[in-house]
Amino acid sequence: MTIAPDATPQLRSASSIRLLTTIGHPGWATHLAAFGPVPERATGLVDMLRDAGLVGHGGAAFPVWQKIASLAGAPAAIIANAAEGEPLSSKDAVLLANAPQLVLDGLLVLAGSLAPRAKLLLYVNPLSLDAAERAVAERPDGHRIRVTAAADGFVAGEVSAVVDALSGGRGLPRDHPYHLTQKGLKGKPTLVFNVETLAHLALIARYGAAWFRSTGTPDDPGTRLITVSGMGIAPHVREVGGGTTLSGVIAACGLAETSVQAVLVGGYHGVWVEPSGFPRPLTARAARGTTGVGAGVVHLLGRHECGIAASSTILRYLASQSAAQCGPCLFGLPTLSGAFDEVTMGRGRGGDVLQRMLSTLPGRGACHHPDGTVRFAASALGVFAEEVTAHRSGRCRAAAGGRR
Amino acid sequence: MSAREQAPAARLHIDWTRCDARGSCIELLAGRLVADEWGYPSAPGMNAAEQSDVPLRADELDAGRDAVELCPRLALTLRAPRS
Ligand code: SF4
Ligand code: SF4
Repeated sequence: MTIAPDATPQLRSASSIRLLTTIGHPGWATHLAAFGPVPERATGLVDMLRDAGLVGHGGAAFPVWQKIASLAGAPAAIIANAAEGEPLSSKDAVLLANAPQLVLDGLLVLAGSLAPRAKLLLYVNPLSLDAAERAVAERPDGHRIRVTAAADGFVAGEVSAVVDALSGGRGLPRDHPYHLTQKGLKGKPTLVFNVETLAHLALIARYGAAWFRSTGTPDDPGTRLITVSGMGIAPHVREVGGGTTLSGVIAACGLAETSVQAVLVGGYHGVWVEPSGFPRPLTARAARGTTGVGAGVVHLLGRHECGIAASSTILRYLASQSAAQCGPCLFGLPTLSGAFDEVTMGRGRGGDVLQRMLSTLPGRGACHHPDGTVRFAASALGVFAEEVTAHRSGRCRAAAGGRR
Repeated sequence: MSAREQAPAARLHIDWTRCDARGSCIELLAGRLVADEWGYPSAPGMNAAEQSDVPLRADELDAGRDAVELCPRLALTLRAPRS
């Protein structure tokens, strides 16, 4: 969608295209024409964010106003996080390629409203480095923001890993007994927000909470970026209103719901959803009757694919992504992955090891990588239980060409 | 009586990036911690958050302090109970 030359200079529509309004036109002039300038400081910003109901879009879905309210003092640093280590996600890259100025607006209005002297840092996946640097160079107040290339790997975007990298470390998760809002960069209160969160924040600072709520649902207001992949469709990013269902996403991809066996929602730390869950709304956090979509990953598995084989590959990858700092993660995840294969691929043994890994690994690491990996493995075992039984008698959905 | 039935007196925080499975904490807090198959401490019956911040009862505090002192990797700290 391009912006017509005579477009009104402010985005006021309730449509579910907000962040991607300037798609294909990431320049400063287009940005100003589409959204108008962001206020230097927004009075009552925290109240506005609470009324808007904005939550983080990096995966944890923590209320933005609450994170700000938990600061032990004025933040010494505000960090925009676009490390995006999740292989199935590209929404942050797409946002930075198409609307980077909204992200920078978010950093600047937060600083102007909370801590004018805060360091402003943009931590980006190396693939988005050029786009980020170009955007910073293009705006008059861009000199305030420093861009840094993120470390590699699945856990690079974990908040303590981000702070570690920006403190000169290797970008690995750190033991962090205190919240970063208490002790973060250089031991000072620090805010870390996903870039999409900041882009929404920049629009709320302009147009207010009521506007933000004018799309989506009361429980899941506003819009979100989701990355859709699988079943041979080209991986792509969509902006959808809060409360969108998987059925809706599948239809929008031009696929028949009956051709979809299951959907991995929330990425490699997420869960598989069966067809009975397709009509449930996707919300930031899982609640009764909804599916938590985390950082917006929606990965489709076709009827003729083996969910166990797909899960096995993902588990092996997750085991390889342990930052090898914490024993239970370093040794436990490969053991979990191996036992998963033993149990599910028909050899049968290893059930006790698998159960022990599932029950003892969560919580035993400096970051939540073991927890997320266990959640994913448990969900695969639940959703593809029938497939496991079939494997035991030497059959497989993938080989059989669909439902038996 | 378990720590759940009684308000915990402190939490034993484990920095997993430091812990090297040397095991002295497991001996000192034998009722609370067990070794997993690689020798790392694990707190059976505790939830995920409590695995890194193990609740200790008042009568376990001395053993907890010793564990902190004797951990060769300086992986342990005692913290106030979660409010
Ligand atoms: S839990 Fe695993 S991924 Fe997280 S810091 Fe420890 S070793 Fe690294
Ligand atoms: S004493 Fe220290 S290094 Fe040894 S197992 Fe306990 S925490 Fe780990």
